[in-house]
Amino acid sequence: MARIGVFICHCGSNIAGTVDIPRVVAEAQKLPMVVHAEDNEYTCSEVGQRSLREAIQEHRLNRVVIGACSPRMHENTFRNTVASAGLNPYLLEMANLREHASWVHGDQREAATVKAIDLIRAAVAKVARAQPLFARQIGVTKRALVIGGGIAGIQCALDIANAGFEVVLVERTPSIGGRMAQLDKTFPTLDCSACILTPKMVEVGQHPRIRLLTYAEVKEVRGFVGNFEADILQKARHVDHDKCLGCGICWQKCPARAPSEFDMGVGQRTAIYIPFAQAVPGKPVIDREHCRYQQYLEWQRAGAEGKKPPECRICEKLCPVGAIDWEQRDEMITEEFGAIVVATGYKTFDHSVYGEYGGGRYPDVITSLQLERLMSASGPTLGEVTRPSDGQPPKTVVFISCVGSRDDSVGRPYCSKVCCMYLAKQSIMLKEHDPEVQSYIFYIDIRAGGKNYEEFVRRAQEEAGTVYIRGRVSKTYPEKGKLIVWGEDSLMGRPVQIAADLVVLATGIEPSEGAIELAQTLHISYDVHSFLVEAHPKLRPVETMTDGVFLAGTAMGPMDIPDSVAQGSAAAAKVCGLLSKDTLALEPMVANVNAVKCVGCLLCQQVCPFKAIDTETLRDGRIVVRINEGLCKGCGLCVSACRPGAMNLRGFSNEQLLAQVKALTR
Amino acid sequence: MSASSYAYYPGCALQGTAREYDVSTRQVCRRLDIELQELKEWACCGASSAHSLDRRLAVALPARELAIAEATGLPLVVACAMCYSRLRFAAHELEDEAKLREISSLIERECKNTTQVWHLLQVLDARDIPIARPLRGLRVACYYGCLLVRPTDITHFDDEDNPQVMDGLMHRAGAETVEWAFKTECCGAGMPFARRDIVLKLSHRILAQARGAGADCLAVACPMCHSNLDMQQLNMKSVFKDDFQIPVLYFTQLLGLALGFSPKELHINKHFVDAMPLLRGKGLA
Ligand SMILES: Cc1cc2nc3c(=O)[nH]c(=O)nc-3n(C[C@H](O)[C@H](O)[C@H](O)COP(=O)(O)OP(=O)(O)OC[C@H]3O[C@@H](n4cnc5c(N)ncnc54)[C@H](O)[C@@H]3O)c2cc1C
Repeated sequence: MARIGVFICHCGSNIAGTVDIPRVVAEAQKLPMVVHAEDNEYTCSEVGQRSLREAIQEHRLNRVVIGACSPRMHENTFRNTVASAGLNPYLLEMANLREHASWVHGDQREAATVKAIDLIRAAVAKVARAQPLFARQIGVTKRALVIGGGIAGIQCALDIANAGFEVVLVERTPSIGGRMAQLDKTFPTLDCSACILTPKMVEVGQHPRIRLLTYAEVKEVRGFVGNFEADILQKARHVDHDKCLGCGICWQKCPARAPSEFDMGVGQRTAIYIPFAQAVPGKPVIDREHCRYQQYLEWQRAGAEGKKPPECRICEKLCPVGAIDWEQRDEMITEEFGAIVVATGYKTFDHSVYGEYGGGRYPDVITSLQLERLMSASGPTLGEVTRPSDGQPPKTVVFISCVGSRDDSVGRPYCSKVCCMYLAKQSIMLKEHDPEVQSYIFYIDIRAGGKNYEEFVRRAQEEAGTVYIRGRVSKTYPEKGKLIVWGEDSLMGRPVQIAADLVVLATGIEPSEGAIELAQTLHISYDVHSFLVEAHPKLRPVETMTDGVFLAGTAMGPMDIPDSVAQGSAAAAKVCGLLSKDTLALEPMVANVNAVKCVGCLLCQQVCPFKAIDTETLRDGRIVVRINEGLCKGCGLCVSACRPGAMNLRGFSNEQLLAQVKALTR
Repeated sequence: MSASSYAYYPGCALQGTAREYDVSTRQVCRRLDIELQELKEWACCGASSAHSLDRRLAVALPARELAIAEATGLPLVVACAMCYSRLRFAAHELEDEAKLREISSLIERECKNTTQVWHLLQVLDARDIPIARPLRGLRVACYYGCLLVRPTDITHFDDEDNPQVMDGLMHRAGAETVEWAFKTECCGAGMPFARRDIVLKLSHRILAQARGAGADCLAVACPMCHSNLDMQQLNMKSVFKDDFQIPVLYFTQLLGLALGFSPKELHINKHFVDAMPLLRGKGLA
């Protein structure tokens, strides 16, 4: 027999100011199975909680209803309180008298009071039919998967590994480093990007607890928090990295050329290559598309018609340790993990929709990332900034900001956040490279929030003499070896025309290729621009709505290196918190299925947003569903979809909900 | 667009200053078996002035032409870039139901806004063109002007900075086209009387760029552009001391030549800057 206690909270004047509390208490006392009712000034306070505990013991209560605020606010508090009094924490029901009654009916005391009584009656009806629930404990695989080896992923992997846990870091390209490795200097301190990054890259490469998988991609992820299983595709490198010494003879002698991805197309690489000198691992891969021997094999496969291409195989002949392996195939690696961090970073906006800037049409219109490569001492021009068209050093440089940022007409309404700062940086650096350079920056607003950022922009203006022109550019065209840039100076209210040697487009930041597919395999959300979505924009910035999956860096939105690093560390802290547990308690308020009633129609599987429903075949051959309690979030969609009524949600059983509705509609 | 019968709206300019555009259009279409049915009782579409004076009229006038064309059941083709712009603009405005009702009652005609509006360039682009006399050695700067391409989401024409349709047609006619950046820069349009200084400056810039790019002549698709670029060369001579003497032809005239018509049949002799010496020099006349 249920013995129910009802506790009505005043919440100061939040509830008591509107609702007639004594009347609610009196009405509660009349409800079936209610053996005790009382009110408290603040039930959540120490005093209130003590009174709750004492009442449970004194009146031998085995069910509790608390009429107070939203369960989102204090359900956990009260669950702990009743548990400490010896009650199963799930034999508690909250009626939200604040958000649902007093706050929304502020000037109607009578109506609010009647509603409060109704809510209490419904809660009593529901809790009377509640069953004790017990959280299941599951083990935790003490290994983390970090996807993406940019600065965010690197920092995250190092922090987790240094805390004592194993990490697998998966990077899609042949080396870790990400975009930061492509940069020359970094704002606002102008320290050399490679100098501060490469020590971290080396540490990753040598760390005993980090397994680095480059030239690899995560294809599928199964399981749930603490117990993930991932299929990782290791692409064939055609180089045996166990044998390879990284001596470099192969890439020095390879005759095939391809545009370098790392140099953003302003430089070339060979077909067997490491993307840049400090690459980690410092061992090459063979790009099948451009390798002559692969082309030769392709020609043979296609029937050996037409001119015979050279067989080449120079790398194989020169390799002192016989590391070239033509037989190597793509390979699928399956590993188990307790936690996953997504740090897949960004790519830059394709500027071709802005025909007026002439990018793609005129060789001396380049992107800011290309300029970074031209400025870098390890870049294709060894740090001599020259014009792609004629190799001459540019003297007049025009920068155009917000190319694919803050522009609704190209579907990019957001600010890319780093461009204002790197434009200032690049104009300062150009001046340092060559004092004769004059830079002009067309801008909409200068966004320089951050420590020493505004001062840095000042430095560009005052020391480097960069001219900032507020306005957009309407046209760029070549004339007599120059690029004529037409624009508007909206502060002076007049058109301007600049004869430039080089035009640099500050292309905006957008998520990396394949971000959506990855998000889908991980069951995490992404926004309209495909940026990954955090669980809460303020309070849970590196978590996702899927337990055990975390985010770091520009995969979730534009940010600079300091922020990416901070996020990498934050995600690592979350991961370590999770991996430091030996077991995890699973939320017991999940769906459960009555296999006797289940007809195996699998409609529930289709509606489940968390992929939490598996099937199993019973001994009699019937196929029925089974709930994966690690993935189930207790949303209840399957319950409403189930036609034979085989599904039930623990803590929200059909019986409970119907009783609740009946009580309300009495 | 592969129909071979079209309702044809010549527009006022093609009856007056741009007769050669009308004549050459009809010649080319006849040769390509494109039947042009001139709209009955067509009137001015309001181009160049209505939209700056009365917004309702600016829609009502072209809407009337759209309604007349709709009654024929044929797609509508226009050669004049201004008319094209106004007709497309009206069709865009009439997508709004309330507007459609208002305008229909104003023009006292039923209009469902179903007429497809094409520019002649688009229609010809989709056809086979049997070339009789390739324009070998002729370097053409294709000049599209602003009205065909802008605003893109209303005119649905081609790339607004570097359109290619006319270039493609000229290539098929055997001519070379020059790569230049002023294909869609404004020529000053309807301002030659009010602000001749502006028109001269803008048109001069276009011609200078075309010449700098190595063009022998310009091909245009707009009567207003034509008059600014052709007729104003005389004035440019006195203001800028620049005597271009660069012929400006309608693209239909050049296409007509390639189809085998004589310059006279295409009214090529009617321009201010005489194209004949150039054509003779290239062996095309
Ligand atoms: C021109 C320019 C100049 C800049 N200058 C500065 C500066 O001076 N100072 C500053 O603070 N910031 C600067 N930034 C910003 C800086 O580049 C970023 O803040 C930083 O690189 C973000 O790091 P990340 O790790 O989030 O992403 P990324 O550097 O993009 O790294 C992501 C990594 O994940 C990999 N990856 C992607 N998808 C997958 C996948 N599916 N599977 C496996 N791996 C994957 C990528 O290959 C890459 O290695 C600049 C940006 C630009 C464009």
